[in-house]
Parts: sequence; C-alpha cells; structure tokens
Amino acid sequence: MNYIFYFLIVISIIAGAINGRVQDVVNAILQGAELSVKVAFSLIGIMAFWLGMMKIAEKCGLITLIAKIIKPITKRLFNEIPENSPAIGDIAMSITANAFGLSNAATPIGIKAMEELQKHNKDKKSASNAMCMLLAMNTAGFQLMPATVIAILISIGYKNPTVIIAPTLLVTTIAFISAIILAKIFQKYWKPQFENNGGEK
Amino acid sequence: MFQKIMNIASLWMLPAILILILTMGLIKKVPIYEVFTEGAKEGFKVSVNIIPYLVAIIVSISMFRASGIIESTGNILSPLLTHFNIPVDVIPVMIVRSLSGSAALGIFSDIAHNLGPNNYATTLAAIMVGSSETTFYILAVYFGAVGISKIRYALLVGLLADFIGIIAAVGICNWIF
Repeated sequence: MNYIFYFLIVISIIAGAINGRVQDVVNAILQGAELSVKVAFSLIGIMAFWLGMMKIAEKCGLITLIAKIIKPITKRLFNEIPENSPAIGDIAMSITANAFGLSNAATPIGIKAMEELQKHNKDKKSASNAMCMLLAMNTAGFQLMPATVIAILISIGYKNPTVIIAPTLLVTTIAFISAIILAKIFQKYWKPQFENNGGEK
Repeated sequence: MFQKIMNIASLWMLPAILILILTMGLIKKVPIYEVFTEGAKEGFKVSVNIIPYLVAIIVSISMFRASGIIESTGNILSPLLTHFNIPVDVIPVMIVRSLSGSAALGIFSDIAHNLGPNNYATTLAAIMVGSSETTFYILAVYFGAVGISKIRYALLVGLLADFIGIIAAVGICNWIF
C-alpha cells in the first residue's frame, strides 16, 4: 500500500505538470479531503441503523442459523474461521445484500463481518486470509441486476435495456469467481509479514 | 420476466430482512429496542474510524484523476484497444471503474447521452459499469473500519478481478451484440 499511495500522488503531480494541470491537481486535494469526510459522515446514520439491526440478528441466533446453512461453502472459503463464528453469517448477509443491489445495507453488514474477522486475526494491523477473501468477494461486486445503469439506459431511450442484464450477470459472475480463486492462490504464496518477511506491500 | 422478478425481489428483500430480524428477536425474547441502540452506538465510531483511510484513498485518487493521466493513458492505449474492437469512448470507463464509482457512472452517463441508444460503445460501457464495484473505495472502507493498514494481496486480487471482468465484458459483448 505504501508504494501505491506514493505512486498515485507523485505520478499525479508529475502528470499534472506535463499536462499543465498542476492547479487542478492541487485543488483536487481539498475536494478529495472534503469528499472523504462527507462520505464518512453520510455513512453514520445508515451504519448505526444496520449495526443495530445486526446486533438483534446476532442476539436472537439468526446469524448463527445462516452460518450453519451455508457452512458447506464457507468451510472452504474461510477455513481459518471457526464454523460457528458470527462472522460467517455476517458475510453471507453482506453478499446477499450486495447481490440484490442493497449497497446501503451491504456496507455496514460487511464492516460488521470485518470486525468479527478481526477478532480471529493474529496481527491486528495486517489483513488475514479471511479478510482478503471477504474483500475480494466484495470488490468483484456480484450483483443480480444493475439498476442504476438500466435507469440511465431507459432515460436515453435505449430500446430494450433488459438485454444487458444477462451479459452483465455473466461478467460479474466471472469476475466474482476469479476473485475467489485468485485470493485462494495468493494466500498460499503471500504470507502475512510476521511469518515471512517477503510479503512487503 | 426475469427483470420483473428481480425488481420485486430487490424491493422486498430489505423489508423482508427487517421483519425476519425483528420477529425472530421478539420470539427469542431479545430486548430488541435495547439491543438495537446498543449496536447502533457503534455506527458513529466506525464511520469516524474510516476517515483517515478514506482521506488517503479519495484524495490520492482525486489528484490522479485531475492530473489528466487517465486521458493520456487512454490515448496511448487506444490503437491497441481498437484492435480488439474496443471503442475509444469506453477506455476511460475501463480505467476509472476501479477508482471511483460515481466517476464511472458519470462517464457512462456522458457516453450514453452523447452516443445514443443504438451504439455498441453504450452497451459495452453499460455492462462494464454494471458489473463492477469500486475496488479502492471498498478497500478503504472495509479495512479502514477495523484499522488494517497492511493489505497484503487484497488490492492486487481486486484489480486483477476487475481486469478479468473487463476482458469478459469485451468478449461477451463482441459475441452477443
């Protein structure tokens, strides 16, 4: 991450200089900083709501129930996490919410899952295999129907916007499965730093 | 038909989850109001915890976008990409979609309005935007919330999956449309 952070900022300044847009790049710092706080603050309410709901779900045993149902799949994907951990149920709910395009619910639930995974993590600063797997599944953005995109297509008078549903679903499925496979492959060779000094990033 | 079912499912999914959680809570004699407020307390803390990570990622990506490097990269890549039947207009979407969701949607909206409904580029861009999540944003929020700064291979996997998604989108779009 250190190199990526360095690369993004330094390359931007150099490229900005070449393109004669240094002023734009400098302005972007302020805009980006403002946007970050806006995003974080806009999350507070909905985050509180779903964390509250998830707490009830956990206390009444719903999360454990979901975890039991999907155990055959998660056993392979998250093999380091105890089978009855609430993390598994949280992960299932977060992926489901994503699949149905409920990103407002998916993010807080996903974060709840991350917190549960953090409890099983040995090095609190470094991502565990399970955390990387959850992140991979989320960044691939598995979604059954791209509602926003279809809305835009309808607004420009696209003849039959639903034709994009099947190909989009196919693409997102391919990305989703490859993310899982890639995460599985990388976790073998890219150990956490405290086990192996080679994993610098 | 599929779309109708999906619309209904998307609309009712959330209310159904809420009814399920609350009903099961009451049946199991969980003090739901008390437990809800106890859990909700975390909301503020988590959101504030994310801020440093969001600032790092969003500021550096804003700078990256403002520098014009995305356009220059697009210009350099365009001869190569047109070779694979990828329209020039779609190139910014391919680069931006891992960096910023709102920007990708904005660019797609521009393409859709400028090129109109009967254009191959519109369809391809729609599929690319519809099939992805913003890798950098997800990384900042999810790892930021629990204070993870050593991300190991997480970003690499996310970006590789995005790249595979782009290839799949181009291939499938070529094949169907």
